[in-house]
Amino acid sequence: MSILTFKKGVHPPHGKHLTEHKPIEYLLPKQILVYPMIQHIGAPCEPIVKKGDRVLLGQKIGEAKGFVSAPIHSSVSGTVKDVAPVLHPNGSKVLSVIVENDGLYEKVEGMEKREDYKNLSKEELIKIIQEAGIVGMGGAGFPTHVKLSPPPDKKIDSIIVNAAECEPFLTSDHRVLLEETQRVVDGLKIVLHMFPNAKGYIGIEDNKMNAVEAVKKAVKDEKNIEVKVLKTKYPQGAEKQLIYAITKREVPSGKLPADVGCIVQNVETMVAIERAVLRGRPLMRRIVTVTGGAIAEPKNLNVRLGMSFRELIEACGGFKKEPAKIIAGGPMMGTAVFSIDIPVVKGTSAILCLTEEEAAIPEEYNCIRCGKCVEACPMNLLPGSLNSFALRNDLEQFEKLHGMDCIECGSCSFVCPAKRHLVQSFRTAKRTVIANRKKS
Amino acid sequence: MAEMKFTVSSSPHIRSNDSIKGIMRDVIIALLPAAAAGVYFFKIQALLVMIVSVASCVFSEYAWQKLTKQKITIGDYSAAVTGLLLAFNLPPTVPLWIPVVGGIFAIIIVKQFFGGLGQNFMNPALAARAFLLASWPVQMTSWVVDGVSSATPLGILKEGGTALPSLFDVFIGHVGGCIGETSALALIIGGLYLLYKRVISWRIPVTYVGTVFVLMGILGRHGFMTGNPVYEIFAGGLMLGAIFMATDYSTSPITPLGQIIMGIGCGILTSIIRIYGGYPEGVSYSIIIMNLFVPIIDKYTAPKVFGEVK
Repeated sequence: MSILTFKKGVHPPHGKHLTEHKPIEYLLPKQILVYPMIQHIGAPCEPIVKKGDRVLLGQKIGEAKGFVSAPIHSSVSGTVKDVAPVLHPNGSKVLSVIVENDGLYEKVEGMEKREDYKNLSKEELIKIIQEAGIVGMGGAGFPTHVKLSPPPDKKIDSIIVNAAECEPFLTSDHRVLLEETQRVVDGLKIVLHMFPNAKGYIGIEDNKMNAVEAVKKAVKDEKNIEVKVLKTKYPQGAEKQLIYAITKREVPSGKLPADVGCIVQNVETMVAIERAVLRGRPLMRRIVTVTGGAIAEPKNLNVRLGMSFRELIEACGGFKKEPAKIIAGGPMMGTAVFSIDIPVVKGTSAILCLTEEEAAIPEEYNCIRCGKCVEACPMNLLPGSLNSFALRNDLEQFEKLHGMDCIECGSCSFVCPAKRHLVQSFRTAKRTVIANRKKS
Repeated sequence: MAEMKFTVSSSPHIRSNDSIKGIMRDVIIALLPAAAAGVYFFKIQALLVMIVSVASCVFSEYAWQKLTKQKITIGDYSAAVTGLLLAFNLPPTVPLWIPVVGGIFAIIIVKQFFGGLGQNFMNPALAARAFLLASWPVQMTSWVVDGVSSATPLGILKEGGTALPSLFDVFIGHVGGCIGETSALALIIGGLYLLYKRVISWRIPVTYVGTVFVLMGILGRHGFMTGNPVYEIFAGGLMLGAIFMATDYSTSPITPLGQIIMGIGCGILTSIIRIYGGYPEGVSYSIIIMNLFVPIIDKYTAPKVFGEVK
């Protein structure tokens, strides 16, 4: 069996032992659920309910504005308490629908089982996925129906399920692969039905061999689906690196996976597609790994969107040590949050609670030109040089050295012995370049 | 759970355990075998030169940073590394004011004037050696073996002499030369440690030594194909230069291809100086000259970016 990978990258400590053997636990919501109208990349949703309205489980409460957007649904039945700006995991206040749960879980009409998806056309399936509000659930939150609608001139020949889960500490995809194996496979089969000329690949890192075995068993009769074992290396699950590992194709700079015939979807996105198409359910839940040195009992939780971080943390026994940093997502690319009174959104893959010691921000020293960042960068950039241009605000040189190709994976900052905040400077520079482009 | 305050910062939220201090500590560890060989062959005088040189460098850095109100960085051990390397490049017989002057020059003029660690464009220890050699040539070229003055193997070769030390003596370091350069064996042990700890890559040392091996063999000291390349690579300062000086982070390319060019360039210059130049040895000057090309080498050897469209 050959183990596939990309060039360069790093080996951060795993931290997965805390939760990788813990079965997914259901957690029912308490009284208040908050649904921010931004849970995806693209245009924000518009609330279509108002204070005092009764909403049902699965009812659409936020309407997508535009094609690159995804609607939002209530994950409980109850009463709309308010429509107001609320703190979002991204750090800003976002217009949100606040629902008071009545505990009845009364379903909206039309959430019915469907067995005959094979009679549906690609367009009908895309419509179902779009209406279900499905977005990429690895964290970025790109609307799935957009990914599944590449321009007609792009010949898609590979549908890749991203089951690398290369971020340290995260185990939700791992548990889904083990516990909801068939749903992942069914989700992939639905997508393959939409792209009859494509082959399906499920790429899993070799630190999850039990998941590899489980999925292999589930696809043994599927001629069109292949399990690919990937080397455990960060960022194996970065889209471009994953495509390279599996197909040996390089997504050209500034282009999309579809330009090399690929569509990449996260594990949980596959389950969401299966739920939407076979069971008529919009996206209302996700698996969240609650972990880190500050958490008393780290767990993988199956929760409804809109529940607060605080509820999830309490369900894990609260804090055993004082948390110094709370991260929505993994330690390499996740977002540090201000508060635990924020809602779980579609892209919340984990709540990582680090202790003072784990979260220490080291002092920054001068670059010593050791070149470790060059050896780590999976995009083959020169992070040290980019850093000096970014700090000098020399955006012309920054772009010339391909700074815009940075995928912000954090490998360079991770290895830097001078503890330079490399990615942070690239983020700022990239945003400035994009803002300047829009202006001109 | 009461009101809590959390740190908010840009990802990544975890960092490796590598540090500048750790790297410099590894370099010092890697220099210890050669230091021990120096003391073994050149006795207490070699130890004194090393101590004075390290002290001079560390104190110069401290004094300069204190004077200019900068953060004191002697705790990163980089000044100590420079001091040790400077001592390695001095004859064991030098009067002790030589390493004092050398240390001040290396740290203040070559390193701090240009911005300190990582910013200097020339190897501080080598630049100081060049300065000392030009200023006090007599003190800088007095060699001894077992307390008796003696020419270096490369000096004997340059003069066309035949009473050469054996290859074994050259390999273990029982010959005339600078304190830390004579024992190829000890230097190679240190180099292997640095490779194992991934402090340096193989690229510069292997291409440098390889180029000297090939060119000295082909060009030869007495015409085409008359060289003794095995003897040449173990004699003089080549191992010290290739493993510890040409690989200095600040003054060598960061791109993989650039490092290979650096190694080959140093090898060509060293061979030319050894065969055709006025000096018996050319390692220091070769590296210093190549140091000057580093920015342009880096510029033209940037790796092809993933997915780059030409």
